[in-house]
Amino acid sequence: MIADALAGGFADPAIDAAHAFRAVMDAMARPGTIRPVAGAEPPAPLSPAAGAVLLTLCDTDTPLHLAGSLDDADVRAWIAFHIGAPIVGSDTCTFACGSWADLVPLSRYSTGTPEYPDRSATLIVEVPELTNDGAVLMGPGIRDRAHLSLPEKDAFRANARAYPLGLDFIFTSGTRIAALPRSTEVL
Amino acid sequence: MYVAVKGGEQAIGNAHAWLAEERRGDPAVAELGIAQIREQLAQAVNRVMAEGSLYDPDLAALAIKQARGDLIEAIFLLRAYRTTLPRFGASRPVDTADMACDRRISATFKDVPGGQVLGPTFDYTHRLLDFKLAAEGEVPPAPERDPATGPVPHVTGFLNREGLIEEEPGVDTIPPDLTREPLEMPAGRPLRLQSLSRADEGFVLSMAYSTQRGYARNHAFVGELRIGAVAVEMDVPELGFAIEIGEITLTECETVNQFTGSKSEPPQFTRGYGLVFGQTERKAISMALVDRALRWEELGEDFEGAPAQDAEFVLSHADNIQATGFLEHIKLPHYVDFQAELELVRKLRREAEEVRSSALMGGLASHDGQEAAE
Amino acid sequence: MSGCMRQEPDGARADYNFAYLDEQTKRMIRRAILKGLAIPGYQVPFASREMPMPYGWGTGGVQVSAAVMVPEDRFKVIDQGADDTTNAVSIRAFFERTAGVATTTRTREASVIQTRHRIPEEPLREGQILVYQVPIPEPLRFLEPRESETRKLHALEDYGLMHVKLYEDIARHGHIATAYDYPVRVEARYVMDPSPIPKFDTPKLADCPAIQLFGAGREQRIHALPPYTRVVPLDFEDHPFEASKPDHPCGLCGATDSYLDEVIVDDAGGRIFVCSDTDHCEARRDSGHVGEDTA
Ligand SMILES: [Zn+2]
Repeated sequence: MIADALAGGFADPAIDAAHAFRAVMDAMARPGTIRPVAGAEPPAPLSPAAGAVLLTLCDTDTPLHLAGSLDDADVRAWIAFHIGAPIVGSDTCTFACGSWADLVPLSRYSTGTPEYPDRSATLIVEVPELTNDGAVLMGPGIRDRAHLSLPEKDAFRANARAYPLGLDFIFTSGTRIAALPRSTEVL
Repeated sequence: MYVAVKGGEQAIGNAHAWLAEERRGDPAVAELGIAQIREQLAQAVNRVMAEGSLYDPDLAALAIKQARGDLIEAIFLLRAYRTTLPRFGASRPVDTADMACDRRISATFKDVPGGQVLGPTFDYTHRLLDFKLAAEGEVPPAPERDPATGPVPHVTGFLNREGLIEEEPGVDTIPPDLTREPLEMPAGRPLRLQSLSRADEGFVLSMAYSTQRGYARNHAFVGELRIGAVAVEMDVPELGFAIEIGEITLTECETVNQFTGSKSEPPQFTRGYGLVFGQTERKAISMALVDRALRWEELGEDFEGAPAQDAEFVLSHADNIQATGFLEHIKLPHYVDFQAELELVRKLRREAEEVRSSALMGGLASHDGQEAAE
Repeated sequence: MSGCMRQEPDGARADYNFAYLDEQTKRMIRRAILKGLAIPGYQVPFASREMPMPYGWGTGGVQVSAAVMVPEDRFKVIDQGADDTTNAVSIRAFFERTAGVATTTRTREASVIQTRHRIPEEPLREGQILVYQVPIPEPLRFLEPRESETRKLHALEDYGLMHVKLYEDIARHGHIATAYDYPVRVEARYVMDPSPIPKFDTPKLADCPAIQLFGAGREQRIHALPPYTRVVPLDFEDHPFEASKPDHPCGLCGATDSYLDEVIVDDAGGRIFVCSDTDHCEARRDSGHVGEDTA
């Protein structure tokens, strides 16, 4: 188990993180686009994509909430070694990771303040699959309309209505990611 | 035919080569060593360490050499180096009551336990140029005495026992760090003190001076000024206890300031605090005065509109690396913005001219009309 | 993890992390960029680091470029539209040395473009990133110097001050007297400072296929525009915004639709107008366009 915790990080941290971030940034800047991310091999049930996102964005400065079945000894050990993020409850986290069912309700997370709407949580949502169909998306980053398989619609509509407060989402599935910022309107 | 100027790269290279030559100066004059700067220009080294936020006399001396004695440039070099250093952890708070004092004076009491120690100060030197130094600087050894050992209690502690000065109890919360987090207003006292400690000496001096001249006067007495070495300790989790990792020289100034109180609250003196790397007492005293001025709100005083009371103003403008960078950036080309402005001013002038001349024409016309009527 | 050294294949200096910044700093900047993209036009505070170049000389842009850069990028730097201005040369050399990235002067070939005061003439495309160097990110700063106050005004969406200022301009000059750094409203929410680009460039901010990132190092702020974001210059119905430029063709390539620099060419004050975007001008001349002042 210890050996597993030591393995599976970025082989070339600066370069792998740079590539992973470009994928995450592109996903966040263009809601609905699906991008591959590589380089991480975290212990199950954490997906390689979620592992790469955590390695790229999280460290000792980012309290992390592990929701439901992701709050697992192997995952914790891997995060402790590679990332060092303090594991916290949903109300104080800056990042949360888990399945949609384990992450909801969204009222548990900080959506920022009117003066600092950026002080809000980013949710890394593990989903079974990511496809460009399902919900219709409009807003910044989208030329006309985009399509993305979302776990549901109403929660994201409510989130967008609170703009500029709100949560931002990164969806992970296997080795692929997509994102949905609070600015996106879900039709 | 017009050909656009090129060759920025070469121009930069040439400028750097010239700069290096100028830095060295006349090669017939012996080159300055880092140790010479460290030992003989120690006050410059202290200032560079304090405002560079990095305690390393050799690196500060190197920076001064590289910067040709431009201390703000040297501070910049040290800061830029400092940001690249990995952070292994944080030390325990240093205990200045355990300082091995080279200098310790109090202006509020004639004598204090352990005595007033003048130490190596310029205070009572007559500022007469010493032409002997131009020839040689060798000096006879200064008289010595056995160093005092054991803790040196703070003078303000004596006032504290009588309840005459406000309490400043220690807290366990981790102070913010403006080198790791963006400055946010309102800023609490720990953040203000950090900002002042690394602030430009001239800026803090002038702010402090302004309070003495009545812009938020706070009647400061130097309760105590002490300079000396303190141990730096760090907790090592693997060992389970703290180990001493080094020693640094600090200047600490505690001021005793105007009292507060009311009919129901007995009056009490208040405090200002300064703590700076190295022997830097002008800075430490200034810092204590400005600290006190910035505390108006927590002490229930009025905001008089004085610059030294205005935390946002002081903290936003105290950093000389930020200030000099932005000031000097106006040397960079701005011809795109200037062109835009130029076009606008030309257009506005053209229109104003048209309005004026048509008004003039209109005026003449009506004047003619009037004459005709007469 | 952080502080790892990159092994340069050619044995070049490997005493910097890839793109100079340590990994923890990059993560902090990357998180700020993502929040900036999620809240277009909003200024995200970030713990800007002291860089080895002065504040005011592009430290914000450099930190943002370092945080987004990958080794495969082709990097272009312009200052005043030109690739060969000294500070552009210096920043380009910094990344050649610390990130080992390829550089270019061609807008079309660049994947990351760092700029000061201009948006390239050639329309940007998807996949490109434009990084602006920003001196003062707060559009309300010269109307209200206190950050604590301006932050409240943004929170309350209270932009009355700005409208009053623009209106006073009209009352006094007959026009909005802002020729560069023209304030814009992003997605009908935040009023944003686009950095000191000339008014001529303001319309290019809107509906741009590229990602636009704005870094203010000294002021410790990052803001962003995702592609295809609605960006509207502030104006009045009876005084609509008008992008303007000197009314001349380029003396070198004859372009009539590019932003121009006025260059004084002799001691008698003789002047010609040439494209500020040096790549645009060169490309036009290479394909045979000729201006009046080349003869
Ligand atoms: Zn041209």
